[in-house]
Amino acid sequence: MTVVKDSGARSMLPPFGEEHEELRQTVARFVAAEIGPHVDEWEAAREFPRELYGRCAELGFLGLKFPERYGGQGGDHLHDAIWVEELARSGGSGGVAAGLNAHASIALPPIFNFGTEQQKQRWLVAGIAGEKIGALGITEPGAGSDVAGIATRADRVDGGYLVNGSKTFITNGVRADFLVCACKTNQEGGHGGISFLVLERQMPGYEVAAKLEKMGWHSSDTGELAFTDVEVPAENLLGEENGGFKLIMANFAWERLLMAIGAVGAMQRLIEVTVAYALEREAFGRPIGKFQAIRHQVAEMATKAEASRALTYNALRLFHTGQDCIREVSMAKLVTQRAVLEIADQSLQIHGGYGYMREYGIERAVRDARLGPIGGGTDEVMKEILGKTMGL
Amino acid sequence: MATATDGSSVIKPDHAAGRKHFIFSQEHEDLRESMQSWVQKELWPHRNEWEDTYWPTSAMQRAGELGYLGLCFPEEYGGQGGDYFYSLVRAECMSYSGSGGTNMGFAVQTDMVLPPIHLLGTEEQKKVYLEPGLKGEKVGSLGITEPGAGSDVAAIRTTALLDGDEYVINGSKTFITNGPRADFIVLVCKTDPEERHAGITLFVVDLRDENGELVPGFTVSAELEKMGMHASDTGELAFDDVRVPASAVLGEVGKGFYHIAWELQGERLVAAAGCHAGAERMIEKTLEYAKEREAFGRPIGKFQAIRHKFAEMATKTEAAKQFTYSTAWRFGNGEYPVREITMAKLYASRICCEVADDCVQILGGYGYMKEYEIERAYRDARLNRIGAGSDEVMLDVIGRSYGL
Repeated sequence: MTVVKDSGARSMLPPFGEEHEELRQTVARFVAAEIGPHVDEWEAAREFPRELYGRCAELGFLGLKFPERYGGQGGDHLHDAIWVEELARSGGSGGVAAGLNAHASIALPPIFNFGTEQQKQRWLVAGIAGEKIGALGITEPGAGSDVAGIATRADRVDGGYLVNGSKTFITNGVRADFLVCACKTNQEGGHGGISFLVLERQMPGYEVAAKLEKMGWHSSDTGELAFTDVEVPAENLLGEENGGFKLIMANFAWERLLMAIGAVGAMQRLIEVTVAYALEREAFGRPIGKFQAIRHQVAEMATKAEASRALTYNALRLFHTGQDCIREVSMAKLVTQRAVLEIADQSLQIHGGYGYMREYGIERAVRDARLGPIGGGTDEVMKEILGKTMGL
Repeated sequence: MATATDGSSVIKPDHAAGRKHFIFSQEHEDLRESMQSWVQKELWPHRNEWEDTYWPTSAMQRAGELGYLGLCFPEEYGGQGGDYFYSLVRAECMSYSGSGGTNMGFAVQTDMVLPPIHLLGTEEQKKVYLEPGLKGEKVGSLGITEPGAGSDVAAIRTTALLDGDEYVINGSKTFITNGPRADFIVLVCKTDPEERHAGITLFVVDLRDENGELVPGFTVSAELEKMGMHASDTGELAFDDVRVPASAVLGEVGKGFYHIAWELQGERLVAAAGCHAGAERMIEKTLEYAKEREAFGRPIGKFQAIRHKFAEMATKTEAAKQFTYSTAWRFGNGEYPVREITMAKLYASRICCEVADDCVQILGGYGYMKEYEIERAYRDARLNRIGAGSDEVMLDVIGRSYGL
């Protein structure tokens, strides 16, 4: 028999297949040409231009998983996953990804899944077209992981609701045209007392109280919002009154999965960049990558990245085929967010002084990655969920 | 296709479709059920006793009778004709034996010794070694490591030199699993001591004659005592002018290194499967304890510190498992993903050790006692980071795959 050599050729790992290659390459080309070159400028400006939504809409990226009748591409979650992974892999910053996806992948799905036809025509169609920008509002100054503890209240009045309260850490919060907002709709509050209302920025009493400065994700805007006697018509109620917890849960799975997938893309990029640097940079007479300490460090990074990919793709496969996947999604979220932070830090170490300088983008990767173990449910919340699945 | 659909139906799981991994068919699952129940019935009850006596060869014969040794081998040699994925099922089922040593002894036979004979051997060699090997009638071992050469295979010094139409073998091998009891060995020798890689040739060598006596020139110079894997016999073997016919060459002369490099791939993935399955068994056992054992007025598993430890253990074990499965999918489909196999082996063997340590910790004083069997699992698991390529060798292979 002949010895088989590793040719390096790999087929797409399920649930992806050859049919996804084209979209992947399209996204890669777009990011390299229209996002990558501007990232530094947008980071400094603390936001990317609003026109980027329009451009993404034009190319179909905002509507990948939505039906054509709403202006979408008629694809599925896997197409969205490709978009998110490739956006990270080909050099979109964490902030750009956050701003685009908080809109298309986090604010729009609840409207699609729970909205009436009229609501879809109003917000989903405009959202997919990049004409109206959405945000999801759950976290408050006094309630993050403990969703049932939110204090923003929507009191029933004639013809609708009167909303009072505040939301914070809202990605796209500053520029959003509409906010899919969690409110308390009965006195007891708790899981059975949450409803979602769509608030619109022109409503009197709706105020952007602050644009928040952050450790990373500089090119995305993060807002603190205040609501004072905002009159919201009944037709803006999304889903059932007091049925909001279901919406939150439905969203969490996909949001966490997207975070995991984005991290998989980001890790691959970090490894590619680090390998290239380690082969080029010389010290003590040879490329630093030829020193065993560096070689092993890269091997550690890559192993972590590939284990993360396997775990995440399996969770995605289960989600995509409609299987119960809370356990797998929580695991994928937990593992990947830490892994990308560790890998970014290792990459910074290998880059040395250059890694610490803004120019190489590595220090930004570290700052961007640090949000992962906090956003979308902290590491500790993930572990609580997992503990519960084990009966603890 | 799960195109997002209108309404709240998107989150409803379709339990009917099952959640099993795509590399496994219903046949794999059926086999898993029967083999697991056999392991629990016929191996598990003896796990403590075999720590003192080694696993009995009769157990391997029984596995052969039931067809478990030949799952992935063609029917013409007495196998079941199954695909590569059956070897993962087997490794996972063996984890229910509660005996790392037994699992290792079996795995050497099914995943290290017999595959190269099947792929490289002549019809004669297959008749003499593969067929009885699959029946469990002959036990094999694999001789690579020497007192002076482990990971650096090219540095081995055991020679097989042509003398007329026979080869004369001289040298010693160590850390050889199944070595003391083996009927034959797949032996890595230098046929050209001047060369490094290109001087290496594989042989299949009888260690015992038909009466069970050691062949002339061969001795088991030591049965080695170990940290764990006590149910497995490990030998240091000495070859002093052992003469074998030219027909004992396995594969091609001078190609032995490449044959072995190939062979290690399948073996490493099976080792990885054994690690995640072993970790699962430890977690199950420890979870049972954490739900029962009370401290400060409640089961210890209800304390957040312990609950989160379980979440961590389950998460890394699942990551290892998915990594092994997706890599096996590549391997089973004809890719040769050396990089991923190496990563999966590294990752799985580490998490297995970490899980073992956390389980000992959760069981506290009981964890340290022999009776609860976690200390044994801990000792057994430790070998995985050394055997079949140490962590450091794995890291080197991975790093080099990136051109570093």
